[in-house]
Amino acid sequence: MATYQEFIQQNEDRDGVRFSWNLWPSSRLEATRLVAPVSCLFTPLKERPDLPPVQYEPVLCSRANCKAVLNPLCQVDFRAKIWACNFCFQRNPFPPSYAGISEVNQPAELMPQFSTIEYIVQRGPPAPLIFLYVVDTCLEEEDLQALKESLQMSLSLLPPNALVGLITFGRMVQVHELSCEGIAKSYVFRGTKDLSAKQIQEMLGLMKPAAAGNQGRPAAPQDAAASSGKFWFLQPVHRVDMNLTDLLGELQRDPWPVPQGKRPLRSTGVALTVAVGLLEGTFPNTGARVMLFIGGPPTQGPGMVVGDELKTPIRSWHDIQKDNARHLKKATKYYEALANRSAVNGHNIDIYACALDQTGLLEMKCLSNLTGGHIVMGDSFNTSLFKQTFQRVFSKDYNGDFRMAFGGVLEVKTSRELKVCGTIGPCVSLNSKGSCVSENEMGIGGTSQWKVCSLTPSTTLGIYFEVVNQHNAPVPQGGRGAVQFVTQYQHSNTQKRIRVTTIARNWADAQSQIQHIESSFDQEAAAVLMARLGVFRAESEEGPDVLRWLDRQLIRLFMFHLRRSPFLQVFNNSPDESSYYRHHFVRQDLTQSLIMIQPILYSYSFHGPPEPVLLDSSSILPDRILLMDTFFQLVIYHGETIAQWRKAGYQEMAEYENFKQLLQAPLDDAQEILQTRFPMPRYIDTEHGGSQARFLLSKVNPSQTHNNLYAWGQETGAPILTDDVSLQVFMDHLKKLAVSSSA
Amino acid sequence: MNVNQHTPMASPYGQPQPGYGHPGYAPLDGGYPVPYAPYNGPASAYQPGALPQDYSPFTSFPSKAVAATPVSDLSSPLDLGPARGPPTSGPPPVSVPQPFNQYSPSQGDVQNGPPPMTQAPPRPAASQPYNQGAVNPSGPHSSYPQHYGPPPSMQQVTNQMTGMQINSGPPTAAGPGYVPPHSSQPPISTAYSAAPPPAYSQASPPASSAPPQPPPPSGPATSQQYYGSPQSPSQQPFNSSLPPTSQQQFTSPAPPPPSSQQTFPPSSQQTFPPSSQQTFPPSSQQTFLPPSQQNFPPSSQQTFPQSSFSGPMPPPSQAPAPPGSQPQQSFSPAQPPFSSAPPPVSQPAFISGPPPSAQGSFPPRAPPPSSQSGSFPSAGPPPTSTPSSQYQGPMPPQQQHPPSQPSPYHAGPSPPSVQMPPTSMAQSNHLPPGPQGPPCPPGPMQQPPTQPGMQGGYPPQQNGAFGQVRGPQPGYAGPYPGQPNYGAPAPAPAPAPPAQKRLDPDSIPSPQASDMPAVQKSRHRIDPDAIPSPIQVIEDDRAKSTEPFTTGVRGQAPPLVTTNFQVKDQGNASPRFIRCTAYNMPCTADMAKQSQVPLAAVIKPLATLPPDETPPYLVDHGEGGPIRCNRCKAYMCPYMQFIEGGRRFQCGFCSCVTEVPPHYFQHLDHTGKRVDCYDRPELSLGSYEFLATVDYCKNNKLPQPPAFIFLIDVSYNAVKSGMVGIVCQELKSLLDYLPRENPEMDSVVRVGFVTYNKVLHFYNVKSSLAQPQMLVVSDVSDMFVPLLDGFLVNVNESRLVIESLLDQIPEMFADTRETETVFGPVIQAGLEALKAADCAGKLFVFHTSLPIAEAPGKLKNREDKKLIGTDKEKSLFQPQVGFYNTLAKDCVAQGCCVDLFLFPNQYVDVATLSVVPVSTGGSVYKYTYFQAQSDQERFLNDLRRDIQKLVGFDAVMRVRTSTGIRATDFFGSFFMSNTTDVELAGLDCDKAITVEFKHDDKLSEETGALMQCAILYTSCSGHRRLRIHNMAVNCCSQLADLYRNCETDTIINFFSKYAFRGVLNNPTKAVRDTLINQCAQILACYRKNCASPSSAGQLILPECMKLLPVYLNCVLKSDLLLPGADVSLDDRAYLRQLISCMDVSESHVFFYPRLLPLLKLESGSLPVAVRDSEERLSKGGVYLLETGLHLFLWVGASAQQELLLNIFGTTSFSQIDPSMTSLPVLDNPFSQRLREIVDSFRAQRPRYMKLMVVKQEDRAELIFRHFLVEDKCASGGASYVDFLCHMHKEIRQLLS
Repeated sequence: MATYQEFIQQNEDRDGVRFSWNLWPSSRLEATRLVAPVSCLFTPLKERPDLPPVQYEPVLCSRANCKAVLNPLCQVDFRAKIWACNFCFQRNPFPPSYAGISEVNQPAELMPQFSTIEYIVQRGPPAPLIFLYVVDTCLEEEDLQALKESLQMSLSLLPPNALVGLITFGRMVQVHELSCEGIAKSYVFRGTKDLSAKQIQEMLGLMKPAAAGNQGRPAAPQDAAASSGKFWFLQPVHRVDMNLTDLLGELQRDPWPVPQGKRPLRSTGVALTVAVGLLEGTFPNTGARVMLFIGGPPTQGPGMVVGDELKTPIRSWHDIQKDNARHLKKATKYYEALANRSAVNGHNIDIYACALDQTGLLEMKCLSNLTGGHIVMGDSFNTSLFKQTFQRVFSKDYNGDFRMAFGGVLEVKTSRELKVCGTIGPCVSLNSKGSCVSENEMGIGGTSQWKVCSLTPSTTLGIYFEVVNQHNAPVPQGGRGAVQFVTQYQHSNTQKRIRVTTIARNWADAQSQIQHIESSFDQEAAAVLMARLGVFRAESEEGPDVLRWLDRQLIRLFMFHLRRSPFLQVFNNSPDESSYYRHHFVRQDLTQSLIMIQPILYSYSFHGPPEPVLLDSSSILPDRILLMDTFFQLVIYHGETIAQWRKAGYQEMAEYENFKQLLQAPLDDAQEILQTRFPMPRYIDTEHGGSQARFLLSKVNPSQTHNNLYAWGQETGAPILTDDVSLQVFMDHLKKLAVSSSA
Repeated sequence: MNVNQHTPMASPYGQPQPGYGHPGYAPLDGGYPVPYAPYNGPASAYQPGALPQDYSPFTSFPSKAVAATPVSDLSSPLDLGPARGPPTSGPPPVSVPQPFNQYSPSQGDVQNGPPPMTQAPPRPAASQPYNQGAVNPSGPHSSYPQHYGPPPSMQQVTNQMTGMQINSGPPTAAGPGYVPPHSSQPPISTAYSAAPPPAYSQASPPASSAPPQPPPPSGPATSQQYYGSPQSPSQQPFNSSLPPTSQQQFTSPAPPPPSSQQTFPPSSQQTFPPSSQQTFPPSSQQTFLPPSQQNFPPSSQQTFPQSSFSGPMPPPSQAPAPPGSQPQQSFSPAQPPFSSAPPPVSQPAFISGPPPSAQGSFPPRAPPPSSQSGSFPSAGPPPTSTPSSQYQGPMPPQQQHPPSQPSPYHAGPSPPSVQMPPTSMAQSNHLPPGPQGPPCPPGPMQQPPTQPGMQGGYPPQQNGAFGQVRGPQPGYAGPYPGQPNYGAPAPAPAPAPPAQKRLDPDSIPSPQASDMPAVQKSRHRIDPDAIPSPIQVIEDDRAKSTEPFTTGVRGQAPPLVTTNFQVKDQGNASPRFIRCTAYNMPCTADMAKQSQVPLAAVIKPLATLPPDETPPYLVDHGEGGPIRCNRCKAYMCPYMQFIEGGRRFQCGFCSCVTEVPPHYFQHLDHTGKRVDCYDRPELSLGSYEFLATVDYCKNNKLPQPPAFIFLIDVSYNAVKSGMVGIVCQELKSLLDYLPRENPEMDSVVRVGFVTYNKVLHFYNVKSSLAQPQMLVVSDVSDMFVPLLDGFLVNVNESRLVIESLLDQIPEMFADTRETETVFGPVIQAGLEALKAADCAGKLFVFHTSLPIAEAPGKLKNREDKKLIGTDKEKSLFQPQVGFYNTLAKDCVAQGCCVDLFLFPNQYVDVATLSVVPVSTGGSVYKYTYFQAQSDQERFLNDLRRDIQKLVGFDAVMRVRTSTGIRATDFFGSFFMSNTTDVELAGLDCDKAITVEFKHDDKLSEETGALMQCAILYTSCSGHRRLRIHNMAVNCCSQLADLYRNCETDTIINFFSKYAFRGVLNNPTKAVRDTLINQCAQILACYRKNCASPSSAGQLILPECMKLLPVYLNCVLKSDLLLPGADVSLDDRAYLRQLISCMDVSESHVFFYPRLLPLLKLESGSLPVAVRDSEERLSKGGVYLLETGLHLFLWVGASAQQELLLNIFGTTSFSQIDPSMTSLPVLDNPFSQRLREIVDSFRAQRPRYMKLMVVKQEDRAELIFRHFLVEDKCASGGASYVDFLCHMHKEIRQLLS
């Protein structure tokens, strides 16, 4: 048998699932003692080029509250054409179309290798993809120009039948009508007035004319005519390509004058309301992507984050802690309501925020967090960071389809010994109470179904379980617990699909098989899962409390870095940045998450091939080039000597070809990372003493600081000027605590 | 008449009217005959009533006098015992008759005597011609001639007339005034003169007769004197003819006199005198004719009239009376009015004796006589019967009238109308004559057809004449014919025609008058030609205003608004800028109160001057701004007195002494004038402008150039009617003509565009765009402007984009199905846009329907005809919701002026929608049932003018006055947030503001009263200016001075604005009564304090105000104050706001339309207008009528073919297309000239007048007839004559 390592890897490759424990303790008490809960990271749409979808409907268990999908774990009586549900043990007859099955003629869903299988189902007309651009026009000319170009470029990336819409905003909010010839027409909303969905739809003329019935005209054609209203604003790309390109080209900066000392008036809140209202009225329950581009914080109307007076700075963590952020609660509440509305309709909201100052992501983060949308943060729209990230949104898979899916509904079914406590990820609860729902909530709980409005192949949810069996009635030995993930979603080629993943793990008695259980521990998964829990708490609780909780819970190495990470530490980060980091942390897959927790540091030198080195200040040496990947940043750090050489231009000299190669190596590696990562990391090329070297210095373990610099007396690294404790200290302390606590 | 108590009046009228009305109207529509009959009835009634009272006084004096007497007689029984007395004296008149000619004169003389003399002279000139003409014609001529001969006679006549009528003439101005009127109206005067004699005789008789009798004797003497002198002649005539008859004759028709004189004279006179009945005679003649027609009527009329008069009501008697009156009416034209009052009297008189005689006289008339005689005889009996018969006809009418009568006027009115018909009737009558001969039946019948009462009345005498006349000239003909008649029945006709040819009622009358008078005399009715004629006054004024008018002399009244004259500014503002009601203000509040003459000024601050006058100079006083008085802040002006060698100046307004700033110092010459006096406009001119400094700007910031925003309704109705397409098409070219101060520069006005239905569409037309962008704002509940940059643009820079937009708007909405609109948010949008751009400007809103869509300012249909006439009626004029008042206030604060173009197909609540335009100095244009084809031209011309005209923004007007008076009330399109500052968001060159002054202290005769009107505004090029108009008027301690120097047109302007505002808070009837009362008080005060003593039965009017009654009647009859059934609430509200900003010339023509006969057109001059009465229209003629809002071309049913060919290119009446809105372009001088005239009329008025071709007897004629304001109107408005009678009665009541 393969090692656990391999097993885990195999499972992940096949099913996109990584459990913290791969053997499950057989009773609740034992499970609790394990500290790290039984939980998993699940990537619903993990790319499986080798998995062709099947073109029929799944077979469901006939029990009303079960509805589990036929899977390889089910017992099948081929003669009687009956199968037994492995969750509720209901015996179900096969549908007529399965009449021909036999041991040798099994449908795919019964084959073990198809523990994950995807069905294409025909339900209703294919819904087009919808992209609604919501564009801030209070930008610098240069930024706006870059943004316009990006948007125009994006049109060429969209499938021809996708619907596009455009809303621009500044002081006013304009919904552009794309169908009219000649005059460019748009509906304008005042940026300071909160409008109900009904009002918006009325104002946009989307309401079905009530008069139609009254006038005795046949309702049907009337409705058709009226509903065509929605096509004023959302048009197939192929029809309005030129039009929209021109329209974008003619976009002007918000024409309202901005007096000295003021911020431009930016009606982000209303713009989003209008966008949500528009989609709500026209395409409910159809996959749609609202893409919000902002160049600054909302400054007026509902959802305002900061006033337009420049002398009033935008809130900082300090303000928030002092309860000094006037608009915070109101704005957050506002955006949350919006996000929920949007989520209910299956629409997701992306936020592309490019500004040097904060843009209010803290308040708006829920828009993306709850709907599965992206958040991208940059300094300017005129940077490759934004441009390429944006382009990558539209990246395509091996089939030429977008790497995105819409309106996903994830349902978790568990066998009786197990209940689901909740998930942490970009989703909202559908409040589906079932027998497998635990009362003990972890993350978003209280339901066995979640809505994930937007999915990408890398979207990963942390799902937490609870073992139900009491200690005195443990699961019998040798039994297997099963979990089935049913994900319904709208594929980017407009098909409706259902992906079913069914996994099973053995139960183990913690007392007799504790070592087995230990060995089945997936440290990485557990770290990430715990970190998610921590982040989830951090979102809702005071920082120190979370740290304390974490300290109580954790013991392992990762936690040192986690404690120092921006996910939990807000020091040195703006609220927006924290939100940004957290946003990504709860949705990336395990590998990426690990990078986020503990950045990777590679060293390039003449002494050998590139090697990973400790994320420690001692790794910072003059004759090294360091490449650090923190997920969000990619830092290339030239040691002092290297930097001097480079400055001297040795790499230009033929005789120093090797030096040139050395310089090039990390660049190439960085490029590779840049190519694949979404969002694109901030790419930093710096050197010893460079101002941007701070990105590196803030990450490494401060084993050498101004406090102990001379005590160590060695010039093996660069001292870090910080009061943070080093890993050494942390570990010492931890050991002490561990001992004392056990005592 | 005088007596005319309401009841009497009413009843008489009522009865008559009824009869008239019914017959008349029906007939009118249907055929003349019927009308006639009815008319006769009424007329008779009228005459009786009218003649006695008013007539005698007014009309031909004689008649008046007579009438008065008669009336008095009648009334006396009722009321005027004394009067009656006169009647007795009447007999004297009889004696007078002999003098006949003399009579009239004599009486006139007596009364007029003094005044006439003075005044007479002037008039004579004008009048003389007429007189002569007239004189000659008439048989009485001899006597007349005399009268005529001497211009004085004219004057006298006039005087007499005046005397008769108002007599005021006699007093002072009055006399002259009158005279002038008559004289001035040569025609009239002639008529008068002609008639006068008779009239006078009558009048005088009346006068004489009434008080008169004594006078008569003297009268005669005087009259003789008159004759001797102009006046005397007339008087003499009177005396001789004894006013009674003659007067009456005059009044009614000049003709009568002749006839009567000639034939009747003796008898008639004799008879008449008593009753004034000479008049009657005439009337009787007329009557007779009628009698002949309706035998009874005549006789009965006479009798009845009296009876009716006496108790206007005595139905029976009335009935008879009507008949009698009818005859008179038939006389009519003149008589009608008079008739109403006079008739009664006369009738009585007649009845008493005259009638017979009259009849006798009638007989002479050939047909009538016999018939008459016959009739008379029968009359006795028949009368009753006839009456009854007539009554029947009439009766209903009467009933009708009664209702209307409540106000005597109504009663009056109806009669008039009746009378009116008569004229026409007359024509028909003429035909009828023969028939007339026949007893009542025929008469009535005939009358009905044509014009019931009138003709009925007229027909008799005039009938013949008229008939003939008609041929020539309808209305006039009447009178003329009369004369002919007089001469001899047959002759009369003949002559009449000629006279008729003259077309000019007035002029014609005069000539005819000479002849006619007699005839008229025979009739009891008041001769329309004998009452003050607006046309005459206008023509006289024209004739005398040959020199440029210089404003240097304080207290000098300018020529009338109808006169073309040049103005030279010599220190007071041109009358084009400021016109005052009185140029001689009373010194004390008591005087002012006593006289009741409103002290007001109509100010048109930015009036456009003719090319030959210099626009106000621009003065720059440097950085310190204009130099002003320290205390009252009056601006430097010619009234500032420099003292101490020029170092200080004393304010003419408050007497405060202010230092002269060093930079403004100048030495004084030996007279105390600054040496540079004539170099500086502000020291030597009445009007000039200052350059305002930044202190005079809002927020102390120089203003931005203004902006024009076009807001176009694109709902279904708007698109379907073609309005949207037309506006867009027109704007493309119109945008090149935005207002600018310097024609060589491009306009700096920026433009913006909005369309709307239930939502608003703004357009971004920034020059950098390839295509305009539309921005839809659906949030109408909370309006805002979606864009700033690109909304308001310079036309030249964004021309391509704008044109593209205007091309596309009609296409975009071609298929719209949206029928609901908003309105409040539309204005809010414009306002917000101006606010955002921080500039003033103007909104052009093109709107179609009641804004019922859910939005602020949403309205509901509240048109409820049931409320009309109730106390709640006023609520219909008030805005439905308060929203627009608030909005208007905001607009004013921003300098946002709103012009509203309405294209309604149904009720849109103009009263509410116009709140904002009216409060912001904007205009409202209404095109009901707009159809692209027929209304496009009018709309486009209005639009062009509205956009191009010079306009100022964000204006504040302040009127400062010298100590003693104070501006207390303001009327116009503006907003006031305090009691002194008139705030106008926009002020254009057509807007006038009427300011009322009240005393708060004494004024001195030495210094007079000064006023300075200062308007601070932003010009269309964005410069801040101060326009100053200075005005000084005299002050007087004698009431007579006040009355000598008033301007009736301006007073009417004030009254109308006052009344039209009054309906907001008072029942319409109360407003009308208030007006009548005030007018009566004005005239009574004059009579009491300024006129020389005379018979109470005489109506004496001040010369300056002799048209007050007729004009006031027009105001009272306006659709707003007296709506007809077909006048919508919107129309009334529309008129209300229109009036509020009219200047004097507009209001004048609006209330008294200009009616031009188109017979011969000479280049360079317009034909002399005729009076607005149907009887002035000749069936064979074509007339042009303009009101400032409407333009009608009336084509007589038997218009000359040549005329038709010249105008329409066809000789067939039936081939004329009544739907044409412009005249065919034909290559003949007549057509060219006519089109020139039409064009020039249009050019004169701020609004384009659509030409309507009205064919006689066509349905559209009803509309046209509505503007014949001297006639009774369908809605119950009194005829001129009736109203005059009523007014006379009111005055008498006040005096007693």
